[in-house]
Amino acid sequence: MSFFQVKDLGIRFGGVVAVDRVSFEVKRGECYTIIGPNGAGKTTIFNLIGLLYPATSGKIFFQDKELTGLSPHQVADLGIARTFQNIELFEHATVLQNLLIGRHRHRRTALWQELLFTPAVRRAELAQREAVEKVIDFLDLAKYRDSLVAGLPYGVRKVVELGRALATEPRLLLLDEPSSGLNPEETDDMAFWIEDIKRQLGVTVLMVEHDMNLVSRVSDRVLALNMGTVIAEGTPAEVQANPAVIEAYLGKAA
Amino acid sequence: MRFLFKTGYAQDLRLFKHGGQVFWYGLLMVLLLAAPYAIGEYLTSQLQFICIYSIVGLGLMLLVGFTGQISLGHAAFLAIGAYTEALMQARGVPFFVSLPCAALLSAAMGWVLGLPALRLKGIYLAIATLAFNVIVEEILARWESLTNGNSGLNLKPIELFGMKLDGDAGFYYLCLGLAMLSILAVLNLLRSPTGRAFVAIRDSEISASCMGVNLANYKTMSFALSAALAGIAGALYAHKVTFISPEQFTLLQSIELVTIVILGGVGFVHGAVLGAAFLIVLPQLISLAKDYLPADVAGTGLQSVVFGLVLIVIIIFEPLGLYGRWLKLRTWFELFPFYRRGMFRRQKSYMKSERLR
Amino acid sequence: MLQLLLAGVAQGCVYALVALGFVLIYKATETVNFAQGDLMMLGGFFALTASVMLGWPYWATILFAVAAMAAVGMLIERVVLRPVLGQPAFTVVMITIGVGYVLRGVVTMIPGWGTDTYTFPTPFADGTFKFGEVIFAEQQVAVIVMTAALVAVLYVFFRYSKLGVAMQATSQNQLAAAYMGIPVRRVNMMIWGLSAGVAAFAGILLAPATFVHSNMGFIGLKAFPAAVVGGFGSVPGAIVGGLIIGLVEAFAGRYMPEGFKDIAAYVVVLAVLMIKPSGIFGETARKKV
Repeated sequence: MSFFQVKDLGIRFGGVVAVDRVSFEVKRGECYTIIGPNGAGKTTIFNLIGLLYPATSGKIFFQDKELTGLSPHQVADLGIARTFQNIELFEHATVLQNLLIGRHRHRRTALWQELLFTPAVRRAELAQREAVEKVIDFLDLAKYRDSLVAGLPYGVRKVVELGRALATEPRLLLLDEPSSGLNPEETDDMAFWIEDIKRQLGVTVLMVEHDMNLVSRVSDRVLALNMGTVIAEGTPAEVQANPAVIEAYLGKAA
Repeated sequence: MRFLFKTGYAQDLRLFKHGGQVFWYGLLMVLLLAAPYAIGEYLTSQLQFICIYSIVGLGLMLLVGFTGQISLGHAAFLAIGAYTEALMQARGVPFFVSLPCAALLSAAMGWVLGLPALRLKGIYLAIATLAFNVIVEEILARWESLTNGNSGLNLKPIELFGMKLDGDAGFYYLCLGLAMLSILAVLNLLRSPTGRAFVAIRDSEISASCMGVNLANYKTMSFALSAALAGIAGALYAHKVTFISPEQFTLLQSIELVTIVILGGVGFVHGAVLGAAFLIVLPQLISLAKDYLPADVAGTGLQSVVFGLVLIVIIIFEPLGLYGRWLKLRTWFELFPFYRRGMFRRQKSYMKSERLR
Repeated sequence: MLQLLLAGVAQGCVYALVALGFVLIYKATETVNFAQGDLMMLGGFFALTASVMLGWPYWATILFAVAAMAAVGMLIERVVLRPVLGQPAFTVVMITIGVGYVLRGVVTMIPGWGTDTYTFPTPFADGTFKFGEVIFAEQQVAVIVMTAALVAVLYVFFRYSKLGVAMQATSQNQLAAAYMGIPVRRVNMMIWGLSAGVAAFAGILLAPATFVHSNMGFIGLKAFPAAVVGGFGSVPGAIVGGLIIGLVEAFAGRYMPEGFKDIAAYVVVLAVLMIKPSGIFGETARKKV
């Protein structure tokens, strides 16, 4: 049995084959990174895993449960959380509210209880809040707790989005380019957090990333994609040295 | 300026954040309770209207302001509530049974209308709800055996536990009570997971679904709750005007209801009440002003012109509505004399496409 | 049967023209102009003034009404719409609803217009001619021919003129258009003018059938389904949608129980939206994440 497995995954948009029979496996507790040049189909794979796009072929298994045929919110319910490349936060809500929405899959109260705000709802809310505060502590977001997301700088939003994904208490965390748009210092922080998420919280991380420093620092294994197909898999050092990968990034030597 | 020192998580769950709020809302409540004995019959009757419209306004605020779905068909829910109430009363069903029935039937229709909302966005949703409104109106006019068609239905005063609510005060307290309950229910909802899910859908559907929010459930739920509130308001409205006919529930009425939300301030519970109050007060002001205007201008068109102008002016200068204006005033007083011009200024911007959302 | 077809197409042409007005503005500014019907009404009144009160010939009347309405359209854009450029679409839609209220009200205040209903004279009056089995009413034929001509002119304008191309660019991406040196605000203004002009034209074609009065703009609410059926934002869609609605109405009026005619347009739009959530010609795109 494997923790997370993608088998022969493929999708075509019209005549374009964006992802072509990609297979890989993620082990529990590791950080697995997908790299590749722009347009290689990395984010598309994430969208396929999140079932935002219907896959043309292939299957996805999470803890031996097949994901195909579920809807996006059911994927989240299984304990798969994700962040987005270009940040998809709830702009007109505070950081705290954003993180609380992350707790949505742990909600246990019924509509009528909420309309009356019964003691059960109050207890549940306090418990949710405590869970969220742990994330706030972990990511050092306390000073932004009550600020509206719309007014926050990009780097902070990126962290808030990570926090929202963590608030769901995921078993598998998908990070779509966690360092894009961050300065070197913020990237450094991000690397620490990803390591901590893996070690302290024991969350398995599946990541798409460009920054090779970050990749080699945190990932256990790397998958290189080009034009929707797998060209290499292995440790960061192995993949970086692979001639096919170098060719994909730099072009063929003349 | 007031600083709140937070010492426990429960503090954020309170309805009133500090003593000042308790005092002011308490005072408002006392004034509202004393109103029928202080301000005379006519004004009490206007207050009844404000309560009724506040309830619809809350429903629309939930749907438009918090869930981000558009409805141009709320007059239809008002109609469903009103007709349910009228028909059940005519068959001798007591009010405390017929009112929940009106709400439930309305909610059921709202749920049905919510189903297309799963696939439709923006303008397409608006037109679907608009079409729903027109169709309901036509059915009410044509189903003569049940609704008496265009000749309408008459209602008797409400009897509640053997008491006849035919006086102004009695009916006023009923409206006020129901409005308060609705406000409380909406506030409760907004501090629980469901309310947060609504806001999540409003701000980013994709993100909401990736956080485990079942879009289909919550969208239809929002429609159903919103319709239920409109249904309750409809039942009260029917008793208030004592005669209902399909012409009272047209598309124009629906559009007017949406203006409650816009005028009051999208995304604020206060906005629903302020907007409703404004919608009722404005025609009164206009009819007062008519005496001082030349005959040509003071015709039937005056109300429409003033209403349109107010709508335009508020949207241009106060996108957050009346409640937004109030917030700014309050900030001005709190910061006096340090308020800067442009503190709330909007950035100049080009249109961002909303076609993809 | 053919008779009904003709009546339906003629009515559909008017819907199509109003729908075209909706679509032009929507395409360029993503605003649904709820005042479109009222612009049409105002155009009708302008034409009425020129032809009845001033006694101008029909063609001059058309030119006058279209030009005057184009000016009104541009004025509305400049005064009301420009300050809210970049605001959420829903806000802007509400502002056009406000504009509609104002227009409807103002018309009743103008001496000589008021709340009365007027007949609108046309050179085609009530003449008919026979072609095979079918009786053609001159009025209907004129409506169809004039609509076709207008659509052809608009097509050429968008395809070949510099302004037309600029308008298309603006509708695709305002920011990029601005960077390319297109004066986006001015183009938006032109589009409002154009759309109001088309509305005036529709008003003139509709006037003989419905008479001119301050509430004739409510027909805009029927053209609204037409624009949606075709797919909001698609010009051919508006024409096809208008024709569909016109035809359905004509046939519903004949073969369905009374009252169905008035809601036929809305039933059709609901049915179409169930099958294709963004209309027949509407593009379905999804957000990229």
